[in-house]
Amino acid sequence: MTNLVEIRDLRVEATTDSGRRVEILKGITLDVAAGETVAFIGESGSGKTTAAMTLLGYARPGCRICGGSVRVDGRDMVALSEKERATLRGTTVAYVPQSAAAAFNPAATIMDQVIEVTQIHKLMPVEEARHRAVALFRALSLPNPDSIGDRYPHQVSGGQLQRLAAAMALIGDPKVVIFDEPTTALDVTTQVEVLRAFKDVTAKRRIACVYVSHDLAVVAQIADRIMVLRHGEVQEIGSVDDILHRPAHPYTKELLHAFHPDGGGRVVPTTTSHTEPLLDISMLSAGYGPPQPNGKPLVLAVKEVSLQVKPGTNLGIIGESGCGKSTLARAIAGILPACDGTIQFNGRDLWQSARQRSREQLRDLQIVFQHADTALNPAKSIEEILGRPLTFYHGLRGKARDARIDALLDMVRLPRALRHRRPAELSGGQKQRVNFARALAAEPKLILCDEITSALDTVVAAAIIDLLKELQRELGLSYVFISHDLSVIEAICDEIVVMYRGQTVETIIPAERQEPQHPYSRLLFSSVPKLDPTWLDTLDLDADRMRLA
Amino acid sequence: MKTPSATGTLAAWSGYRINLVGLVSFCVVLFWALMALLAPYITPHSVGAMIDMDYFGPMRPGLWLGSDYLGRDMLSRVIFGARYTVGISLAAVSIACFTGVVLGMTSAVLGGTVDMVVSRLLDAMNSIPSKLFGLMVVAAVGSSIPVLILTMSVIYIPGSYRFSRALAVNIDTMDFIMVARIRGERLPYLIGSEILPNIIGPVLADLGLRFVFIVLLLSGLSFLGLGVQPPYADWGALVRENIGGLPFAAPAVIVPSLAIASLTISVNLLIDNLPQKIRDRSAP
Amino acid sequence: MKTRVPSLILGRLFIALITLTIVSFAVFFATTLLPGDTATILLGQSATPEAIAGLRTAMHLDEPALLRFLYWIVGLFQGDLGTSYANHVPVATLIGGRLLNTLKLAGLTTLVSVPLALTLGITAAMWRRTLYDRIVTIATIGIISVPEFVIATSAVLVFAVYLKWLPALSFTYDVNSFSGLLRAYAMPVITLTFGVSAQMIRMTRAAVIETLNTPYVEMALLKGASRPRLVLRHALPNALSPIANAVALSLSYLVGGVIIVETIFNYPGIAKLMVDAVSTRDLPLIQSCAMIFCVGYLLLITTADIVAILSNPRLR
Repeated sequence: MTNLVEIRDLRVEATTDSGRRVEILKGITLDVAAGETVAFIGESGSGKTTAAMTLLGYARPGCRICGGSVRVDGRDMVALSEKERATLRGTTVAYVPQSAAAAFNPAATIMDQVIEVTQIHKLMPVEEARHRAVALFRALSLPNPDSIGDRYPHQVSGGQLQRLAAAMALIGDPKVVIFDEPTTALDVTTQVEVLRAFKDVTAKRRIACVYVSHDLAVVAQIADRIMVLRHGEVQEIGSVDDILHRPAHPYTKELLHAFHPDGGGRVVPTTTSHTEPLLDISMLSAGYGPPQPNGKPLVLAVKEVSLQVKPGTNLGIIGESGCGKSTLARAIAGILPACDGTIQFNGRDLWQSARQRSREQLRDLQIVFQHADTALNPAKSIEEILGRPLTFYHGLRGKARDARIDALLDMVRLPRALRHRRPAELSGGQKQRVNFARALAAEPKLILCDEITSALDTVVAAAIIDLLKELQRELGLSYVFISHDLSVIEAICDEIVVMYRGQTVETIIPAERQEPQHPYSRLLFSSVPKLDPTWLDTLDLDADRMRLA
Repeated sequence: MKTPSATGTLAAWSGYRINLVGLVSFCVVLFWALMALLAPYITPHSVGAMIDMDYFGPMRPGLWLGSDYLGRDMLSRVIFGARYTVGISLAAVSIACFTGVVLGMTSAVLGGTVDMVVSRLLDAMNSIPSKLFGLMVVAAVGSSIPVLILTMSVIYIPGSYRFSRALAVNIDTMDFIMVARIRGERLPYLIGSEILPNIIGPVLADLGLRFVFIVLLLSGLSFLGLGVQPPYADWGALVRENIGGLPFAAPAVIVPSLAIASLTISVNLLIDNLPQKIRDRSAP
Repeated sequence: MKTRVPSLILGRLFIALITLTIVSFAVFFATTLLPGDTATILLGQSATPEAIAGLRTAMHLDEPALLRFLYWIVGLFQGDLGTSYANHVPVATLIGGRLLNTLKLAGLTTLVSVPLALTLGITAAMWRRTLYDRIVTIATIGIISVPEFVIATSAVLVFAVYLKWLPALSFTYDVNSFSGLLRAYAMPVITLTFGVSAQMIRMTRAAVIETLNTPYVEMALLKGASRPRLVLRHALPNALSPIANAVALSLSYLVGGVIIVETIFNYPGIAKLMVDAVSTRDLPLIQSCAMIFCVGYLLLITTADIVAILSNPRLR
């Protein structure tokens, strides 16, 4: 079998702000055979997307292919002129972007953009192209295949756009398709459908695929071989089976380990039903928009939710985007005052709005946000960020404050020297630790964690979860953990609440090996990709989907 | 623009990337600032003294920039003009931007009715063309230097407000503001410690731009005879006085025009080519 | 979705109406701040107290300011712009023909500057970071940094003093012949075009460049699209709204520019009329001219906003 793609000693360099050149790909060599799917896996900044894009002869502004060759179907994309590359793009090699929502031109209809490739390269008459497009829409199991093309991108959902982007890539009958994290922005239940559609279509046409992802479980479903990248270097290339079961490289092992977080390490506190709950929410409703005649806001995002958190235990809230879990967190924190229901904290009623709560109540209930990038003021040093709550809540100043800042940095396992840096000079994981340390500075009883690991790479996220468990042992905190990621929640929570359309549908206690009963919980739990390569092919979700609809 | 090697070493030394265009514009701005500051000590002749027998005299030794329509030394008059043009504009821009920025940040943080009322009012003020506003005030209360300063600051408050409010609204959506709010922080801390440090760069650049607008407006009003009044003369007034020399291309009309252009163009270019802090994330 | 556009436009018009009310309020009170008694100014120092008192009553000068404001507004709606203090001629008569002259000047400038500026702005964005782009950028920075009267005096220096192609003053030629018309309007139009175009070029260029940096343009590039196709098919349709906005906003610069240009070229337009009225403190004339300018300005910026709403594909 001849190789369709042959990458030899590929090097890409980027020019930094100061004009210094940095190699971001340091000599990559890889072959892809016709009809084969190779996954590029690695954390953010590993160079996986950069590597995939070189197959199109493209490097993002500021980057430059500076060495090696990328032969696609016998032609070296590096050596070709820009004009010659343009003739191959869309016809020989095509691209499916990470965010289809951004990659569609908002001013043109979907059909015009899907068939654009055929017009640019004068492949076929418009009518024929339209027919092909509709056939592709059908093959990708899109709803209303005959009319969906007449819509504008903003009128279509994210999962559908992602499949439409695939149709856009496939219309020119390419030999190679690059999928750049095409399901990362999607919910798990949607991800399953999209993955299945991709797999069917590419297998039928025997298209060679390069699949870029950070998610080993997703990759396991779709790839034949996996290339593990880190810092622009290939760590390991092997078949899916080899990588999953016989990883040779330490980094690969780390990745695999992060996938199986040990639920242990925590001693579940002995709480009896007689223990007073720390947080007791009953019939809480909250929403957005102007109040309606019935006194409720226009959009009710949380409907009559009741839950309890006992001291020293953790509650997980899981659900997909739009289920109201973040709104619930904001209502508990008093950011978005609830319109109905009560919040009891430590035995006393809390005001719905944070503005009316006492300083002590605010101190005892802290919230940590998902994006450390926006949660830390970029204009301030770590010292100032951690120092403010110390001064504000505890009146600490001077030496006492400095000592406490050092202690906080120790607690979250950050070197003390970081105190003089700004957030931008820290890595993503370090920023999230500072973000968490700021909440600890208040010495709270309960911390609301809103998707705090979602923006982090798997390995880094696993380390944060370990840290949280350790701190809980030392400080006797409670967490309310909000996430869309089941594995994270399972690793740390004593009780899991499943939210769907603003309501809690089920409470699950993992320690009791309880199986989900509600059709939505079952759909959600079974949609989480497993490392088993046969998982996708044997999965049957239709029964639950039907019962939900 | 590629940095030449000479400025390259400067960049390495200061930690900032310095651009040649920026450097030159900075020197021009500095030059005019010094002229304005030191005017009484460096003018070769008294501004009012008629020393040339001829009017609209050409450039020659002793009268380096020629003479004006009354035979007065243009060099001295241009140096003193810098004082009025730079001084009045600087005062006006300081008042305008201080008021605008404080109001803008406050509106962004408070939101709701306060924001709506202040925004509506200032937007309405913004829909009076600036020259027209100047004309009306001059028609109503006459033209004196304090009135000019106040009028021009009032004219440019809405612009400064709009700009800083837009920036502050962006910052206000950030989670760290939310964190500070639910910590229980009050308005002065929020705008002074959380928002201002994040918008100060663009705000200063905007101040520079607004300074240019004010110089242009002041010169325009003076050119119409409605700005700085004799015996004082800013650069716009100098052009007006000497417009009669235009058909002979007299230096008396060209030099003050060039002075205005050199100042405003330099400020604009300086803003576009400010030294940039070298942020090299991959550096150790 | 479809119902949002009309309501957005109505909202914008409503805001314009409120703004106009506030503006007319401001115009009226700014001009009545004038120290001294209007009746005395009108009749002169030698007038008898009875005559002054009579005129005060006739002009409602003794009534509260708010009421006078209402009389004034109602008068404006009925076409009664008041009587000039300086020569006792109805303001409407004074303004009539001059407004037309100013509109002609503005219209000609628009006709010249819009196509010129759009072409330069779009091409500069298309060939970004080339010598051409750099020259256009530097020239526009230079022009917007300079007051209109400097552009005007330079234009006079170049075209009238050195080249002797054109007259330094308007209306010294017979405007009935085409060449005469061209020469009479040339200098003011050139001056205004410089100012208006420089703004428009800058904003157009920025708008196109911003859309060229979007992921969907990168996607089109990866589909094999050529550079002209990227700009014309993908960037431009999305830059339409900021460009239309830029055009309307830049044209509002005409309002300020025309004041200087009419004065310097002695052009018999409404701006010249107003500047003269300011020096004679002829309040009714100033108020009316100011209102005309404010309405024109408001019309342009409201148009800019409405165009932006209409050309937003997400609202289609």
